[in-house]
Amino acid sequence: MNEPGHEQQSASGKPGGVKTTGHVWDDDLREYNNPLPRWWLWSFYATVVFSLIYWLLYPAWPIAGTYTKGISWINYEVEGEPQRSHWNSRALLVREMQTSDAAVRQREFLQVIAAADHDTVLSDTDMLAFVNSYARGIFGDFCAACHQTGGAGIIGLYPNLADDNWHWGGTIQAIEQTITRGRMGYMPPYRETFDDQQADAVAAYVLSLAGHEGGDPEQVSLGGSIYQGYEGGCYACHGREGLGLKSQGAPNLTNDIWQNIDVTGAQSHAERQALVRDLILRGVQREMPAFGDRLSPAEIRVLATYVHQLGGGL
Amino acid sequence: MSEQYQARIPIYPRSVKGRFRNLKWAVLALAYGVFFLLPWVRWERAFGPDQAVLFDIPGRRFYLFDLLVHPQDIFWLAAVLIILALLLFMVTGLAGRVFCGYFCFQTLWTDVFMAIERGIQGDRGARMRLDRSGWTVRRFLKKGATHAAWLGVAFLTGLTFTLYWADAPALTAAFFAGQAPFAAYVTTGFLTLTTWLLAGVLREQVCTYMCPYARFQSVMFDRDTLIISYDRDRGEGTAGRATLRAGGRDLTTRRAAGVGDCIDCDYCVQVCPVGIDIRDGLQYQCIHCGLCVDACDAVMDRLKWPRGLVRYTSEHALEGRKTRWLKPKTLGYGLPLLLITALLVWGVAHQAPLDASVNQVRQPLFVRLSDGSIQNSYEIKVNNKTQHPMTLEVRVSGLDGAVLDMGRIERVTLMPEHRTTLLARVRYQAPTGAARRQVLVFELVPVMPEGLEPVLVGSQFILR
Repeated sequence: MNEPGHEQQSASGKPGGVKTTGHVWDDDLREYNNPLPRWWLWSFYATVVFSLIYWLLYPAWPIAGTYTKGISWINYEVEGEPQRSHWNSRALLVREMQTSDAAVRQREFLQVIAAADHDTVLSDTDMLAFVNSYARGIFGDFCAACHQTGGAGIIGLYPNLADDNWHWGGTIQAIEQTITRGRMGYMPPYRETFDDQQADAVAAYVLSLAGHEGGDPEQVSLGGSIYQGYEGGCYACHGREGLGLKSQGAPNLTNDIWQNIDVTGAQSHAERQALVRDLILRGVQREMPAFGDRLSPAEIRVLATYVHQLGGGL
Repeated sequence: MSEQYQARIPIYPRSVKGRFRNLKWAVLALAYGVFFLLPWVRWERAFGPDQAVLFDIPGRRFYLFDLLVHPQDIFWLAAVLIILALLLFMVTGLAGRVFCGYFCFQTLWTDVFMAIERGIQGDRGARMRLDRSGWTVRRFLKKGATHAAWLGVAFLTGLTFTLYWADAPALTAAFFAGQAPFAAYVTTGFLTLTTWLLAGVLREQVCTYMCPYARFQSVMFDRDTLIISYDRDRGEGTAGRATLRAGGRDLTTRRAAGVGDCIDCDYCVQVCPVGIDIRDGLQYQCIHCGLCVDACDAVMDRLKWPRGLVRYTSEHALEGRKTRWLKPKTLGYGLPLLLITALLVWGVAHQAPLDASVNQVRQPLFVRLSDGSIQNSYEIKVNNKTQHPMTLEVRVSGLDGAVLDMGRIERVTLMPEHRTTLLARVRYQAPTGAARRQVLVFELVPVMPEGLEPVLVGSQFILR
């Protein structure tokens, strides 16, 4: 090991001299040795110890269909029943949704709003901001499946809640009633009662109520007499002037808003008339389920206020 | 087989007096004064806490004297970071590792911890003897006292840092009563531990092995950058350095014999906090603290020889050329630095007192109402950034005939530093043939206090 190039140390005093490992390949290839500080090695061992403790405390290793659960746990409640689970972020979320400062403040403010009268809530920006953000979550969970996000509904299936046309009433009280008890809407089919000519005539009359020009005047006048007379009896629910009856959920026929047929989208008067005639012949049956046993009164309260605000009308 | 892991080679820096040491003490006094006292400075505000500097994370507001920083002002943080980075790059390009040597908190805290160590255990020689003395009671007591004092400073450091994030007097009282938030104990504890570890135990290893900046700043160096360097030509002469005994005490005889001016007293090596020999040339471990300059100057003064054997210089100057200060790099860092600084100052000076955004409700985009008009809905977010209550009116313009419906909300009163979300509905009886998309502008008009500019937010109205 006396040949130059085999020494372990670089020439002493030479600036930047770096030690080599002493290995030599192909006569002159050498390997520098820049040793790591030893504490660096200790830090590595510390991370190993950390992971051992972690494995002991938390869920870690998958084993066949299950996994090691760890010995740390979380206590939380589900519907008042105390639960205890190994540590997991879902249980942590459940507990935070129940006990965190924000959750407690949210519950308290919900009760404040539920206890306030409607006028107070509707005039208070902070309360309305809470209503709109809190009830949007409830609406998304329970209502949006039918009425769609934002409440636009689907023509022919679910009514639009974002306009100012209300079958069962658009006051907060009426909406609360609708949510709590549900609604059954029914218009009998006139297949057995009317022949084609009569159905066409009533359809023409109904379209004229909504302000659609272009119907045959004779048909309109015949339709009017059937509507107002004993033969059709339509006035019993829709009213003499066609303004509807909220206690029956009978829609207003004069405002050109159509929930069950797409009259607005039709191209010609004949097409519109056909749509209305078919509806008269087949009738309508709709059900809104009751949510009184699924939502708390406070939740129904803010939900009703939210829905009331969507359209902004009665 | 050579060693793959290296035990730390102990460094016993010797104390030194001089220009750069004084400068470092001055910087240290300033930095410690600011850091430790700032949370205790009280400040009068119309609304909000009475602490001059408070980073209120739960409230999402930073209080800096009379300046209030909201989350919306995050761009300021970007500007501040860009400014700091450019400043660092420019100063490093011009004057070397100035930040490392004088301003870095690792350097500052290590300096304090070394001063404590020196106070308890004595200077370099005494410390070396103490470490060789075996585990005597005296050594145990001195080492214990040193670590206790270090932990004391480390604890104060951690606690002070924590005080910036809450009301300082209240948090301090709660801290010692055991009633402070868990996060306060964790933060203080963690910083106590890391301060003790980094400034007391690891020291120069932080700069050598951990700090990325220490490594990448060499790319900012050029041959005109100020470095601390040993004047090899003067120090080594033609016959190399020689002690006073070997080379003589007289400069003229030494030079006649070709002996360099360096008397190999090792003082520059002994004072070095990172344990290098500056006479080996520029090394990545060197933090440019200037203590070797002080050491050499002190020796030269005692011998009545000219100073500057170890000095701030540049590679060009060492080659006998002039050091260029104005170089493309200076301008390249300097001009953007000026620009960003100007932008930041402008931004802070023009902070809006009221900030608002309007989001159109998109599900559904529009609805037809009973009277045939079209309704669009909007979510308006308003944020009062002042320290006074503010009353606002919402209006719409830009679309003739559009009617705003805010329900029963006529005016919105926002408490200082509060925000809210409003639901606004706009109705419009569209004339036939009107374009599908119309322009609509929301005006948020402050009616109280007077004299504030209305905020205009552009939006759209969709007909079909």
